[in-house]
Amino acid sequence: MFEFCSNPENLSGFSWLSCYLTTPKHMNLFYSVGTVLLLLLITAPTALLFGFGGAVMARSKILLIKVFGNAYISIVRGVPDIAFFLFFVIAIDQLLEWSRHKILCPEWSEPIRQGNDFVVCTIAKLPLSSSPQWIHEIYGFLLAVFTFAIVFGAFAANVLYGAMRAVPKTQIETAVSFGMTERQVFRRILVPQMWLFALPGLGNLWMILIKATPLLFLLGVEDIVYWARELGGTKTAKFTSYPHGDWRVWYFLGLMIFYLAFTRVSELIIEKLMRTLSRGTATLGGALQGQVGR
Amino acid sequence: MSCIDIIADYGLRSIGLGERLLPRSDFTLCHQFTLIGSGMIWNIYFGTLALTSGFILATLLALGKASKNFYVRKLSGWFIFIFRGSPLFIQFFFAYFLFLSLKQSFTFLSPLTSAWAGALFVLFCNTAAYSGEIFYGALQAIPKSDLEAADAYGMSGFSRFRRIIWPTMLRLAWPAYTNEAIFLFHATTLVFFSSFPAWQQRGDALYYANYFADKTFNPFVPYPILAGYFILLTLILIGLFGIANRKLNIHLPKEEHSKIKFRIRLIR
Repeated sequence: MFEFCSNPENLSGFSWLSCYLTTPKHMNLFYSVGTVLLLLLITAPTALLFGFGGAVMARSKILLIKVFGNAYISIVRGVPDIAFFLFFVIAIDQLLEWSRHKILCPEWSEPIRQGNDFVVCTIAKLPLSSSPQWIHEIYGFLLAVFTFAIVFGAFAANVLYGAMRAVPKTQIETAVSFGMTERQVFRRILVPQMWLFALPGLGNLWMILIKATPLLFLLGVEDIVYWARELGGTKTAKFTSYPHGDWRVWYFLGLMIFYLAFTRVSELIIEKLMRTLSRGTATLGGALQGQVGR
Repeated sequence: MSCIDIIADYGLRSIGLGERLLPRSDFTLCHQFTLIGSGMIWNIYFGTLALTSGFILATLLALGKASKNFYVRKLSGWFIFIFRGSPLFIQFFFAYFLFLSLKQSFTFLSPLTSAWAGALFVLFCNTAAYSGEIFYGALQAIPKSDLEAADAYGMSGFSRFRRIIWPTMLRLAWPAYTNEAIFLFHATTLVFFSSFPAWQQRGDALYYANYFADKTFNPFVPYPILAGYFILLTLILIGLFGIANRKLNIHLPKEEHSKIKFRIRLIR
């Protein structure tokens, strides 16, 4: 990257380090930090949307929808989330391929599950085996995002469901006595008021989401964990101009510091946001502020 | 081969007893149930030991964080911050590679590079930090009148702590602590996915579930089995902690027993 890096053997100390940390391979590590941020940026609103849907469903008056919503919320209890991550990535992939197979190759007669194989016709493959590498990578990333959104949507649904119930009944009753319809009450009273109650839980969820991002590694995405392992391993002079021993422990120390800083900054921002939002609601402010940062 | 044979062969496979090779083909439901169940031994091992040993450190951390001594307070605060602020997954990786390099200079540390000791140590620190924060919160919430009553009785020092502060702290913290225990058991599934080697394919429940999902390319059987086992484990935990909760609140009239409520707090 820098001009003085052209001859790494002559370097030492800080200049060696600055050259070492800017090799093209290291750039991959920095890009993967971008991947993590991108995942957070996409997942957070998607999960919120899923959560909102789940919470509304759990409150529904129609039994079937209510049961479905409650089942979605309660998947977060009882079962380790890592199992969900590993499960959904394959399950969604197979579900997509299976439905494409049914639509695109209706004349196909052989069974899809042949012993230990999952066989669909070539044009139903996702992504197509002829498509370039970057499509495969994007598809993998999207699967991961969707998986995160499903799992975290369930958590968010739990938080929002609680928040909707926390809105004072008198507010709802007042709205009804003003002659508002059920929809109007929902849109004008319930949803605007629930956010304050939901914020501590959502803030907490954001922290959990940050701490869950390294699990991308398990879903087959080349993320920071992947690159830290890759770059930190012992390098001999044969293959690189920057030989070093096993430095993985330093790379993971770096990752730990990165996450500590990230969660700390988020915590401070959430605290500030909470103080700003609860201004003017003196009765709630004090009680709720204690819960932030769980 | 009948199911009983399979159980005899693979029931204790995760701790190295029975058949040496994992099944390679013709996976039956019985295979999957037996092996994944056998893997649960590790989850229970990690969870139980980390929880009990972490409990002691957590009490110390909570007292430390509330201490008047500046250094003790800062040390406990930083310990809790480091283990609560970073992902458990990264902690596992970091600890594994740290132990790996320590092993070269101190040979007596070599057990720490295997999962049974190394991962247990990380889980111990992790749960101590999370429970320490819970206990600290409970410590701050002890009613002043309780302490004043203790003073009035002439209690001080350790007897005041043992008879008044500690039981009240546990009573207040118990619902949150129950959650912590449940999620600690869930977190044990990360161990064999974070560099700690599953020596001779002796892994935990998720390790075997993942093995079957890879081999059969069908996630719809092993993962629901795993889920079933974990729901069972969670129910048992809730039951045990409920009994403890009743014991803790035995002096209160029945209606006032604080019911344990479940709040989410999942991945670390």
